[in-house]
Amino acid sequence: MTMALSDISKDRLPVPEQDPKERVKNFKDVVVGYSKNEAMIESARCLNCKNAPCIKACPVSINIPAFLKEIKDGNLDESWNIISNYTSLPAVCGRVCPQEKQCEGSCTLGRIKDYAPVSIGKMERFIADWHASEGKQITPDIPEQNKGKVAVIGSGPSGLTVAGDLAKMGYKVKVFEALHAAGGVLMYGIPEFRLPKSIVQREVDNIKALGVEIEINSAVGRSVTVEELRSEYDAIYVATGAGTPHFMGIKGTSLNGVYSASEYLTRINLMHAYEFPYHDTPTKKSKHVVVVGGGNVAMDAARSALRLGAESVQVVYRRSLEELPARIEEYHHAVEEGVSFMWLAAPTEYVGNDDGILHKVKCIKMALGEPDASGRRRPEPLEGSEFELEADTVIEAIGQGPNKVLLNAFPELKLNKKGYIEADPETGQANPDWVFAGGDIVTGAATVILAMGAGKKAAIAIDEYISAKKIRKG
Amino acid sequence: MYTIRSKEILAPKEYDIWVDAPKVASHAQPGQFVVIRTNSRGERIPLTIADYNKERGQIRLIFQVVGKTTREFADLKVGESLSDILGPLGTPSDVKKFGTVLMIGGGVGIAALFPIIRALKEAGNRVITILGGRSSDLVIMKDECRKYSDELIITTDDGSEGIKGVVTDAMKMLNERGEKIDQSWAIGPAIMMKFASITAKELNIPIFVSLNPIMIDGTGMCGGCRVTIHDQIRFACVDGPEFDGWGVNWTEFMNRLKQYRDEEKMSLDKYLIEVGE
Repeated sequence: MTMALSDISKDRLPVPEQDPKERVKNFKDVVVGYSKNEAMIESARCLNCKNAPCIKACPVSINIPAFLKEIKDGNLDESWNIISNYTSLPAVCGRVCPQEKQCEGSCTLGRIKDYAPVSIGKMERFIADWHASEGKQITPDIPEQNKGKVAVIGSGPSGLTVAGDLAKMGYKVKVFEALHAAGGVLMYGIPEFRLPKSIVQREVDNIKALGVEIEINSAVGRSVTVEELRSEYDAIYVATGAGTPHFMGIKGTSLNGVYSASEYLTRINLMHAYEFPYHDTPTKKSKHVVVVGGGNVAMDAARSALRLGAESVQVVYRRSLEELPARIEEYHHAVEEGVSFMWLAAPTEYVGNDDGILHKVKCIKMALGEPDASGRRRPEPLEGSEFELEADTVIEAIGQGPNKVLLNAFPELKLNKKGYIEADPETGQANPDWVFAGGDIVTGAATVILAMGAGKKAAIAIDEYISAKKIRKG
Repeated sequence: MYTIRSKEILAPKEYDIWVDAPKVASHAQPGQFVVIRTNSRGERIPLTIADYNKERGQIRLIFQVVGKTTREFADLKVGESLSDILGPLGTPSDVKKFGTVLMIGGGVGIAALFPIIRALKEAGNRVITILGGRSSDLVIMKDECRKYSDELIITTDDGSEGIKGVVTDAMKMLNERGEKIDQSWAIGPAIMMKFASITAKELNIPIFVSLNPIMIDGTGMCGGCRVTIHDQIRFACVDGPEFDGWGVNWTEFMNRLKQYRDEEKMSLDKYLIEVGE
């Protein structure tokens, strides 16, 4: 049955959200999410088109039209079964994937003039949340785990994915996590209001239910050596992430009140500083906050600062809105909540008082020149345009580099020029060949779904590698 | 479980605890530290490893009560547990044969210095140790340090033991008597390490100091522990904790240590009310 275009609403059904005035006072999920009824209505907008560009645009190739059709027909258990064939973290990806650049960005409906693409991400989130609260809970069959042993280093999205997939294939998997909680960037990086930690915990528990062991407080390279792992496991998967904060390195970087976004967000997310003093870790109480950078991390830091009671939060970005790397949804949320944006500007110096406490930021205006290596127009300082901002807190969110503890302890591992692990993009295999790697430690800071996709490919490749080795050994 | 196996009080507010941590015990080297949490709502704090026993799977932590977490740790009884211990972290001390080494310790820094003293002695160095404190009872681990030192000098502010004065007085005394020092270490309160470094530079003695800034993860992911060494930003957790004392920006280091003084006091006061003090 083909639907006439005129039967389809041009606009997507708006997803209920917390009122900006309210949500800026709490750390609860900003998006409330669709009800079953709403999800059925929105999913009916899918054209179910033959070539399904959405599937091709999804890094883990979820059969999107199929799971939407089951929602439309009210078969939610069936819809869940379809999704969970492709992804082990749907509640996470439904929330943090850049859908506008992937599935929704390629949606056929969205390419028609005046029509908005189907709200796929919100539907993925709906089905995952529905399944957790009301769906049929099937205890997974744990296959006998006798095909071999694999060590996974890091329990972020890539590590969890590879662990879950290998356990399902019959491998004994142990995940080593340096921090006191599993989840990696999902735990320490992405704020509660975008990704509730109870959801991350649920996904971690699902992986454990497959027979995967997670050992926290274990920094491979220090608490356990690579040689020890090599003697006990058939292969290792390195997914240690890119969390080392970069600093601009301008004068005043080490004044009190200057944070890396990594520190600021780790204090809040992993350590619950927003519940200080009930939890022991604080952040400073800020009045005027300047956030430097324009990515999702900058948006997360800015919106967290508002929730912690800052009177003003200003994002200073050296390019313009057009080049902003943050998801547009996050930008809109930030604006709604009261974050202000200063385009085409960059800090040049942080100024402190005699006790080393920050009180203002010197900045300069920028203009966009010729495109640089990344294809984006290069910002150049405008001479004589210096100005100052009052600030007691600066949060630099200008990017991260590879995590170093394991790499420093494993000099044989081949790295690329930028210091990330050199791994085959199709298999994740690195050099030496018993090492596989994926996620941000290979690509540099990227997305949850790409890290997950790398984990899925690597699980297949690790299975082939170990199987072949065992056959050779007879 | 990170269970406490023994607990002693070395000096007022200074505790000596052996705790189960088999992975740390079997990998620890002199100069390294752990990050601990006392409970699931606790903060993460770094503590230097004072000693380790691979066979028993235990490590020794010696610390001074300065805030809520250390107070809570000190209040734990033998048989009770910490919720988390991560380690060993940090780059180990550069242990090799230098010739004559000068080891300078103060406060609980002596505990961090002790395994380095022992390792340097075992590596064939002639070891001269200076331990300093306000008064005799605050200078800990004298016998243990003496065991691995060719010479042990004690300095006290009040003259209750050894030389009346501070550790830099003893450094100058050694210089005057013509000692040629090939390498030195100073571990203790920031102000002591600062002046030991200044004196070492004047006397042209290379010196390592062990910096203990505020840390969160301890694995290089937050940058909260950044210090400036020879005008370059370094992370104490992974690049350190030991650095060239000549190059440390001490003013910045000491300012950053004070960053959360108000919040730390609030936390401690709240805890003391909770435990009824």
